[in-house]
Amino acid sequence: MTLALTASEIATRLKEGFADIIVEAGPDSLLVKSESLLDIASFLKTEPGLDFNYLVHITAVDYSDYFELVYHLVSLKHNHNLMIKARCYDREAPTVPSLVSLWRGAELQEREIFDLMGIRFYGHPNMKRIFLWEGFPGHPLRRDFANGA
Amino acid sequence: MALKTEPFAINLGPLHPSTHGVFRMRATMDGEVIVDLEPVFGYLHRGIEKLAEGRTYKQNIPFTDRLDYISSMSNGLPYVMAVEKLAGIAVPERAEYLRVIMAELQRIVNHLIAVGTLANDLGAFQTPFLYMFRERERIIDLFEMVCGQRLLYNYMRFGGVSHDIPDEFLPALKKLLNRLPGFIAEYDQLLAENEILLARTKGIGILPKKLAINSSASGPVLRASGVKWDIRKADPYSVYDRFEFDIPTGSAGDCYDRYRIKIAEMLQSIRIIEQAIEQLPPGKVWNKVPLRLRPPVGEAFAHIEAPKGELGFYVVSDGSEKPYRFHVRASTLINLTALRDMIVGWKLADAIVIFGSIDICLGEVDR
Amino acid sequence: MEIEKRYIYSDAELDSHEGRLIEELKKNSRQIIPDPDEWLSEELQQNVLLTTVDAVLNWARRSALWPVISFPACCAFELISTAASRFDISRFGMEILRASPRQADLMITAGTLTWKMAPQIKRLYDQMAEPKWVIAMGACGISGGVFKGSYSVVPGYNRIVPVDVYVPGCPPRPEALLYGIQMLRQKIKKRKSFVEEKK
Repeated sequence: MTLALTASEIATRLKEGFADIIVEAGPDSLLVKSESLLDIASFLKTEPGLDFNYLVHITAVDYSDYFELVYHLVSLKHNHNLMIKARCYDREAPTVPSLVSLWRGAELQEREIFDLMGIRFYGHPNMKRIFLWEGFPGHPLRRDFANGA
Repeated sequence: MALKTEPFAINLGPLHPSTHGVFRMRATMDGEVIVDLEPVFGYLHRGIEKLAEGRTYKQNIPFTDRLDYISSMSNGLPYVMAVEKLAGIAVPERAEYLRVIMAELQRIVNHLIAVGTLANDLGAFQTPFLYMFRERERIIDLFEMVCGQRLLYNYMRFGGVSHDIPDEFLPALKKLLNRLPGFIAEYDQLLAENEILLARTKGIGILPKKLAINSSASGPVLRASGVKWDIRKADPYSVYDRFEFDIPTGSAGDCYDRYRIKIAEMLQSIRIIEQAIEQLPPGKVWNKVPLRLRPPVGEAFAHIEAPKGELGFYVVSDGSEKPYRFHVRASTLINLTALRDMIVGWKLADAIVIFGSIDICLGEVDR
Repeated sequence: MEIEKRYIYSDAELDSHEGRLIEELKKNSRQIIPDPDEWLSEELQQNVLLTTVDAVLNWARRSALWPVISFPACCAFELISTAASRFDISRFGMEILRASPRQADLMITAGTLTWKMAPQIKRLYDQMAEPKWVIAMGACGISGGVFKGSYSVVPGYNRIVPVDVYVPGCPPRPEALLYGIQMLRQKIKKRKSFVEEKK
């Protein structure tokens, strides 16, 4: 059975190195500052005992004040999983560091989030639209995009 | 004297007999060898995630069928499980067993089509394909007996399944299960030792183990590369922990291993169905759920081992009767991350075979 | 992190060219193309008398309609089932799905049409030689189906190509598709190729 690590367990291990970066640790997910996402992610991947080597998926949700990115990580060796969230408060040109250098599986998913939500990932090798055509006006999955337009 | 060659670009266009749907690849070639490949997605992007935000939870169940339209019985399962987690709905035992039986039958259909189209791509024009369609028609008759549809079933519901099985279902299923191992052995005998298939799939399109894990591959593609990871054993859902079955794993990560795994998984599915029929309890198949379901505020993620990989749904609720966010973790899109690495360096004819062995369905890639 | 790209073309240029084509087609497809069957309701004296040449031509054309491979989405699997051994479209002479549109005369549109795919379908239709017919299969082909109202779905194939027969269903059963093909054959039977001059 895959053990869902509670955020408080990870938070105690993380606080030793990254005390001022974690903003909040909810019951089953960890909220981190988006600028330091890359550092925390590489710590989670390489630390023995954590070994999160498999990225399950990345999603973005548009709450009207901010965008929230959700990352779901799994360790195949220890069979435990963790959910990490990062928030982005900029609505005009939101940017977040890309995790492609750690997990290749993030490549197409980050392109999809850019296409449909408009969040740019700096450090991504091929940041362009994936599903919609060049010249499509806007980003459809935002809450203020009206369907049928 | 070395030949002076010049690279040229070729377009494997969206409507192509072997691309399993509308998928486009722009290939840069040097003679017959592919030097670089650029996949272009989005020719079937229908905007399901946006449309789902405008419909109630129950009205979104037919959308899940249209994702991976070849194996649509098991598509509704993770969505229904995610909403049941959110709203705290329990499922009766008989419904759980019926869900398992339908999902495993669907896995057999999916692998039959995958192997049939692979043989089609290799050049065995239509004969293995039509043979496999013969079995598929028999299994689809069983599905039609239960829910009345041949292709897009809409069978899963919150709190169970939509219909109970009629009386003639179990005898027909038992008769089919008696004959299926013989058919699968027949296909395997005709295909597995075939010289052309061995020459064209062994050692072609290798996906190394480290790259498979790093590119988040799942399903038969991951298992062919030597990683023993199956959601049914690693994170059991429904009643899978009550059955005994093996996880076939490959070692080389080439097209031949992916083909062998599909044949082996079909036999394991038959084993699971036989155990499920023995243990099937009587009872009702649906727990009553309010007509306008309003789950509490929160989020849920549920995933299953779909025939093509790990299919997951992430649902966010804001307390109203329509979901706030409906996201699909598409197994086939993520399996295609390593496509370029698998194809570069091989010839054009190999590219079609490698692409076919990954077994994708455009409805899920593009949503 | 940079991936070494070895393309010999500029992919950004190709993408923006494609985007311009799509936006142009979208602007020009606001009206529904009328169905090509006004001649069916002409006055009685004009459409009953077919010459022998017409009768022979129509018999030849309707007995072996070759479909072109054009299956975007889910209805494709019902089309393939119709072509498989149980429902056998071969008894109507249609078992060969031609990959090249120049050799085909029927387009069975089996799947949802998105705006990104629309220029390709239009090009495919233009490449087919006359006489040619189109069957719109499934709810997505008639009006956009379940996905109507989405930002990227064309509301029906009749915005892009003229449609002769509509087959409803989601997906339509193979028997329904065969019935649609029968109706198309009835329509072809009445077609006049040579118009008699009125003296």
